[in-house]
Amino acid sequence: MGGLILMAAEQSGGNTSLGPLFPELYDVVWSLVIFIVIAIVVTKVGLPRINAMLDARTAAIQGNIDKAQAAQREADEALERYNAQLAEARVEAGRIREQAREDAKRIVAEAQQQAGAERDRIIASGNAQVEASRSKAQAELRSEVGVLALGLASGVIGEHLGDDRNATAYVDRFLADLDAERAAAGTRQ
Amino acid sequence: MEIALLHALTQLTTAAEDGGGFHAPTIGEFFPPIVLFAGTPFEMNRIMIIRFLVMLVLLLFVVVGTRSLKVVPTRGSSLIEFPFNFVRNNIAYEILGEKDGRRFLPLITTIFFVVIGMNITSVIPFLNIAGTSVIGLPLVLAVISWGAFIYAGLKKHPGAFIKNSLFPPGVPKVLYLIVTPIEFFSTFILRPVTLTLRLTMNMLVGHLLLVLFFSATWFFFFQQGPNLFSVFGVGTLVFGFAFTLFELFVAALQAYIFALLTAVYLQLSLADEH
Repeated sequence: MGGLILMAAEQSGGNTSLGPLFPELYDVVWSLVIFIVIAIVVTKVGLPRINAMLDARTAAIQGNIDKAQAAQREADEALERYNAQLAEARVEAGRIREQAREDAKRIVAEAQQQAGAERDRIIASGNAQVEASRSKAQAELRSEVGVLALGLASGVIGEHLGDDRNATAYVDRFLADLDAERAAAGTRQ
Repeated sequence: MEIALLHALTQLTTAAEDGGGFHAPTIGEFFPPIVLFAGTPFEMNRIMIIRFLVMLVLLLFVVVGTRSLKVVPTRGSSLIEFPFNFVRNNIAYEILGEKDGRRFLPLITTIFFVVIGMNITSVIPFLNIAGTSVIGLPLVLAVISWGAFIYAGLKKHPGAFIKNSLFPPGVPKVLYLIVTPIEFFSTFILRPVTLTLRLTMNMLVGHLLLVLFFSATWFFFFQQGPNLFSVFGVGTLVFGFAFTLFELFVAALQAYIFALLTAVYLQLSLADEH
């Protein structure tokens, strides 16, 4: 192998027996300079920027996940609240309906009761009126009968003084008048 | 194996040069003429200029690219994020776990970016040679990786790290005569050497193969005159194209391997057995 290297070296422009395996001084110097420059820039500029970006990305992703979880939680809570309110509203509605039904029943019953009372009152007042009319009529009739009887008596006495035939005629006439009056009263009623 | 291939190629070079007209790849291509600061430790040649170009592109990528990262990624920003996330998730966190992975992420990311950036120039037109095909850069990276895993081990298990590395617990004492030299050699010498050679040779041989295929195509088509033998040029062109794609794959693969092995070595140093 050493021989091969030697032979290679003879062909090369290198100035030692190692040929291309021998590092020239300028080669090493410039390699070192270039490495150091690139290392500084990669370390001080490239990687910090990349790291900052990756951290920001991680934070953003984590933040978004957290935000999504919070939103989910809020939505769940809202749904729960809504369902609870809905159930409450249903109960409330049922209660109101029941109340309304009872109220309606009560109102109908009250109305019926009032109507009954009114009817009784009307009937009672009608009866009273009829009673009053009847007693008034009786009273009027009684006084009229007195007057008639008095008229008849005085008439009978008057005729007897004159002529028996006249008295008979008067009674007949009186009775006829009475009949007529009754007939008239009958048609009137 | 790479060295044997290298030898074969250089043999071919001399043979072909005698034939005349055929430009064969040589090792000399990895040592182009110095264009600046000749005679100082800061000599510049074509490959060094390519490395600086890659460095500028990488700096632009890192500085400008990461300026407008989005929490909700757009098409552009996810393209920028991809290599960072690949190193983070598929290399650092995968091997080292989140805590140590985060700690060594700058090192591993830098190594991955440098290696892939420098490798890729091997198939970029007009550059056509990998910045890692000359041994200096792979060597520097390997030494840094080596230093890092020794540092990590010493920091995590002060005192016990070297002892446990050389004298693995649970081995009969007599066997330490064999085990200890092997452990020392494999852990402290072979690791950086294999890191260096694997990367350098892959990129060097890749370049030589591409040059060979395309210069052969040129030779068959134009230099030995368009004739019946030019048919071979079609074959070499197809191979050149296929190996360009393969080289692209190797460029990414070697970057992954280098960064991954660095992470693995760190993990072995940090492991609780020490």
